[in-house]
Amino acid sequence: MFGDYSIGDLGAIFAMQGFAGLILFSVYVLMALGLAIIFGQMGVINMAHGEFMILGAYVTWMTSSAFQAYLPSLFPGYFFVAMILAFIAAGALGMLVEWGLIRHLYKRPLDTLLATWGLSLILQQAYRSIFGAREVGVELPQWMLGSKQITDTIEVPINGIFVMCLTFLITAAVAYVMYKSRWGRQVRAVVQNRVMAGAVGINTEKVDRYTFGLGCGIAGIAGSAFTMIGSTGPTSGQLYIVDTFLVVVFGGAASLFGTIASAFSISQAQSTMEFFMSGSMAKVLTLLAIVAILMVRPQGLFALKVRK
Amino acid sequence: MADDKDQGLHSPFRRKLLMGMAAIPAMTMLPRTSFAQAPATSVVNTTGLAVTDTEVTVGILHSVTGTMAISETGSVQAEKLAIEQINAAGGVLGRKIKYIQEDGASDWPNFAEKAKKLLVNDKCAAVMGCWTSASRKAVLPVFEQYNGMLYYPTFYEGLEQSKNVIYTGQEATQQIIAGLDWVNKTKNAKSFYLLGSDYIWPRTSNKIARKHIENHLQGCKVVGEEYFPLGHTQFNSVINKIKLTKPDVIYAIIVGGSNVAFYKQLKAAGIDLSKQTLLTISVTEDEIDGIGGENIAGAFACMKYFQSLDNPNNKAFVAAFKKMWGEKTVIGDVTQAAYLGPWLWKLTVEKAGSFDIDKVAAASPGVEFKGAPEGYVRVHENHHLWSKTRVGKAKLDGQYELVYETADLVEPDPFPKGYQ
Repeated sequence: MFGDYSIGDLGAIFAMQGFAGLILFSVYVLMALGLAIIFGQMGVINMAHGEFMILGAYVTWMTSSAFQAYLPSLFPGYFFVAMILAFIAAGALGMLVEWGLIRHLYKRPLDTLLATWGLSLILQQAYRSIFGAREVGVELPQWMLGSKQITDTIEVPINGIFVMCLTFLITAAVAYVMYKSRWGRQVRAVVQNRVMAGAVGINTEKVDRYTFGLGCGIAGIAGSAFTMIGSTGPTSGQLYIVDTFLVVVFGGAASLFGTIASAFSISQAQSTMEFFMSGSMAKVLTLLAIVAILMVRPQGLFALKVRK
Repeated sequence: MADDKDQGLHSPFRRKLLMGMAAIPAMTMLPRTSFAQAPATSVVNTTGLAVTDTEVTVGILHSVTGTMAISETGSVQAEKLAIEQINAAGGVLGRKIKYIQEDGASDWPNFAEKAKKLLVNDKCAAVMGCWTSASRKAVLPVFEQYNGMLYYPTFYEGLEQSKNVIYTGQEATQQIIAGLDWVNKTKNAKSFYLLGSDYIWPRTSNKIARKHIENHLQGCKVVGEEYFPLGHTQFNSVINKIKLTKPDVIYAIIVGGSNVAFYKQLKAAGIDLSKQTLLTISVTEDEIDGIGGENIAGAFACMKYFQSLDNPNNKAFVAAFKKMWGEKTVIGDVTQAAYLGPWLWKLTVEKAGSFDIDKVAAASPGVEFKGAPEGYVRVHENHHLWSKTRVGKAKLDGQYELVYETADLVEPDPFPKGYQ
């Protein structure tokens, strides 16, 4: 399978596949980060994660249409406004859902699975009623299209670089909030021992609500970013949900670092294999490898050491 | 008082008389079939279909929920438009068409269930419906067992023929071979990279394309062939391969939402479709709505219909469609093929002089529809349509510009020899 290419070609192949893998890695991290917070910290299996992403995508679409109609001169910068609005919209809906649905189901993970799956169906139908069954096209500003030429054969798409930067910023922000801020310490305290955390004066209900909102908000930003590479339709969210769970479970649910490491290994394996065999085959092999590793390490790559 | 009484006696009689006289010229102007001469129900319906003296019931069976709703919405709209127009023109054998719509919900067993309901409970005289091959395969035994008539609108992989189905879209050879010949001749294309989603239609189509490229086109070769799971959104790897192999033509049969990802990433990777020839058979105006014209401008599509076709039939069709469903709707290849269904059925029933399924099936070959938006179509003995193959070039505004069409109608050949 290497025979058809020269040494120079192979060098370019690995360089380009490496970049493709890095872009895929950023996509996986963006998808999984919100879920890792909700699933890892709160034990809620959020099957509606994809629909929160698509909410972000629809907000981006609406923002782009609004800018085109009313502020055409500011159109190149609309994406940043759209991301903030997507975060707010998805986060607000997340907090509403937590208040109306999830808080009654803590400690019953299988029930959260069913409830949020129902929620995902409701949201899909709502999108279909509001935005129509067809996919919508999100127009991107010109500077986000095109690619940067590095050598003759190596080119890096600009939106890929943008997604990478965005992922880095968001991951750094989440890591800071979770591990350095006062609120992050409260979250971790609530996760480790809810009763004790309440006893020392932490408002656990409020912490839960904001954590869930943060997770959904990040999903919204992810959805906003994905309008650059994917489609925006009522059921598009379904495309992401399996991969997202894959990354989170493989990484070890409660660990942010695990999520990143797992996204990296899955994306690089997928990207390299995809070059030498078909897309479907690469996916099958990746899944088989993950199943094999999970059989040896059921807790995932990195798991919190919790005294049981 | 006397005056009042007088008027009360004479006036209504006089008015009735006048009205009756006035109605005589109007009566002679009505279409012949609208009443009096409409054939008796016992004559045109000997098998107990849902046909009365004034009405005939047909079924519409598509997905309006679930993942296929995105595609099938256009078909439903086109079928309803055709039915409304037929009714306005006097109906079928003097009977208005009434439709019962069922939702297949993108679920194949559900399609079979609903098909059975439409045939057994509702006794539909014809059913317009299905999109995916999977749904068609699911309903086929039902239509054969209960002897119904299905008008199926999608271009598909062929390898099928049934007396209970009229295929109003193209089978594989009608779409593929003429397009490849064209690109070989006009673009001097010698090397092809085949892409597709991973299921039966793209795989069968690419098989035919590969056979044609390797056996029938001089000095041409396939330099790559690749399939992706439905809904795949990461095409960076294959785009890298395309860059390395530098094919003359990218031949893409990717379906649904994946297309959005594919064309956006193609553009982002610096592949300029005005320099790199790309030929697709799966992206209609509907898909471009989601992809965005700026991402696909310059690509070629091989279909039988484009919304921009310049002929009087199509102008009237597009105007009527937009009037009924909104200015912003777009019309793709399959939407047009769905519009043919009710019309072909009406013409066939009138040719047969009967609603009976067997007579309609027997009368189908040779039925021609001169009002087709695509120009003109004729039904073949194998229940597929003779139709033209066309190539269009995608423009920024999301429409295709016609660049080539076959001079004659292409004969449908669902079981092509040497291509299987």
